[in-house]
Amino acid sequence: MKETLIEKLLFFSALVSILAIILIIIFICSQGIPLVARVGIKNFLFSTTWDPANGQFGIATMLVGSLLVTIGALIWGVPLGMALSIFLAEIASPRVAGIMTSMVELLAGIPSVVYGFFGLAVIVPFIREYIGGPGFSALAGAIILGIMILPTIVNIACDAIKAVPREYTEGSLALGATRWQTISRIVLPAARSGIIAAIVLGMGRAIGETMAVVMVTGNVTRIPGSIVEPVRTMTSNVVLEMGYASGDHQLALFATGMVLFIFIVILNLVVTASLKAGE
Amino acid sequence: MKPFGNRREQLIYYTICSGAVFVALTLVAIVAFVAIKGVGCISWEFLTEIPSRMGKEGGISSAIVGTLYLTLVALVLSVPLGVGAAVYLTEYQPRVSRFTRLVELSAEALAGIPSIVFGLFGFVFFVIFLGWGWSVLSGGLTLALMILPTIMRTSQEAITAVPVEFRENSLALGATKWQTTSKIVIPSALPGIITGVILSIGRSVGETAAVLLTAGSALGMPVLPTDPARSMAVHLYFLASEGISMERAYGTALLLIIMILIINYLANLSLRRFSYRLKG
Repeated sequence: MKETLIEKLLFFSALVSILAIILIIIFICSQGIPLVARVGIKNFLFSTTWDPANGQFGIATMLVGSLLVTIGALIWGVPLGMALSIFLAEIASPRVAGIMTSMVELLAGIPSVVYGFFGLAVIVPFIREYIGGPGFSALAGAIILGIMILPTIVNIACDAIKAVPREYTEGSLALGATRWQTISRIVLPAARSGIIAAIVLGMGRAIGETMAVVMVTGNVTRIPGSIVEPVRTMTSNVVLEMGYASGDHQLALFATGMVLFIFIVILNLVVTASLKAGE
Repeated sequence: MKPFGNRREQLIYYTICSGAVFVALTLVAIVAFVAIKGVGCISWEFLTEIPSRMGKEGGISSAIVGTLYLTLVALVLSVPLGVGAAVYLTEYQPRVSRFTRLVELSAEALAGIPSIVFGLFGFVFFVIFLGWGWSVLSGGLTLALMILPTIMRTSQEAITAVPVEFRENSLALGATKWQTTSKIVIPSALPGIITGVILSIGRSVGETAAVLLTAGSALGMPVLPTDPARSMAVHLYFLASEGISMERAYGTALLLIIMILIINYLANLSLRRFSYRLKG
């Protein structure tokens, strides 16, 4: 009797994740879809006019903003993350690797708002002073995000590289290949699917990040002419306006969140497909 | 292993190493910068006084309490649910089952959802639909959903790592399934489970966007779970982005970083104990 009751309770605990994800989809979509239907999906996604006071809900500028900071972050975050992964898995002594791993854990643990604060206090003035523009810019967002996605990339890519069987490396070295030839032509291709998953998850992290971005990108709803101009991302749009939005305006913010959610779902599907292809 | 040979190889070697050094220096730079700028702000008054004039004066005591309160509410719900789910999947389901796969997929999906989307959900579900308003309860439960995947996954790993013999011996002695699970399996896996819980505390403490949308940003001291609250992370956001007080922003940021350092240290400590215990 007691045993079956406990089993039922445990079963319910396991159900919570499934219920949560269903509830999240239902509640976000029930708010977002009616507005997108009314405004028209084309208008919502491709209009550059975001003017909630006059019922204009176009998020094109924010799509561009999100993609710009995300791609910017990947451009320097991925090479750096890969270098660090190769360093940890192939070069560093266990002692050094241990220290570096705790540092990466700490990077992952630092709250995003602290990164945003650091960006605001250091990177924004730096850009304003030495590169130009107002400082608050897509570039500032990309720099901060590039650091923030490192732990995601390194954790997964490093595991993928370590999972390559030793025989591959030894075989290659025995055939007279140099160490870099072995890493670049044997190890990395063998770890390919894990590395792709790492990069895509890093991309998901970057596109979903809110606080660090909202504090450094200036949040102007305009298509930027260059990377030192301000942009607004989808995430920033929600956090900036949710405090006072009501009616259609609030629904439009839910619709923005819904588009973001769809992006994340697509990225996760890519990860799953990539990992499956690797098996 | 074979050293990096010719000049080109050595150049690549140094490039990779300098990448690693760069990352290390970046981390040190962030922590040192905040520490140097913030240490002067931290005083007894800063820790124990309620903010006044939007945070321009006074301390951050209500934000500290708000942070701890939100985290506590999140843990009260997510720890039993997460550990319960992990126990069910590892002990009560066959190794490969469609139900397990479905739960794991849901947890993975939850883990990938950006915090702002959790914030939107928490707002429409807890704040509006259930009518709890901006409150510690709404914020804490939103956080609970966010940390549930971490607690579940780490618990699952810890429980799976408990040797099968432990269970077999207990069952052979006549213990029931639940006696075995609660008295043998969970205690053996406890340090691993605790590691996951500690990491989740870190996530709750630092979370900003979701808390802002669900717990609000009231500066008062939260007492009841139905009171609105402002966490330290939310406080830092307002102090810095609205230029209220950079000095207090540095102090708050430093306090957050110190908390994360302690949390990471405890997590590592507990993980080390876990591997030690399983080795015997």
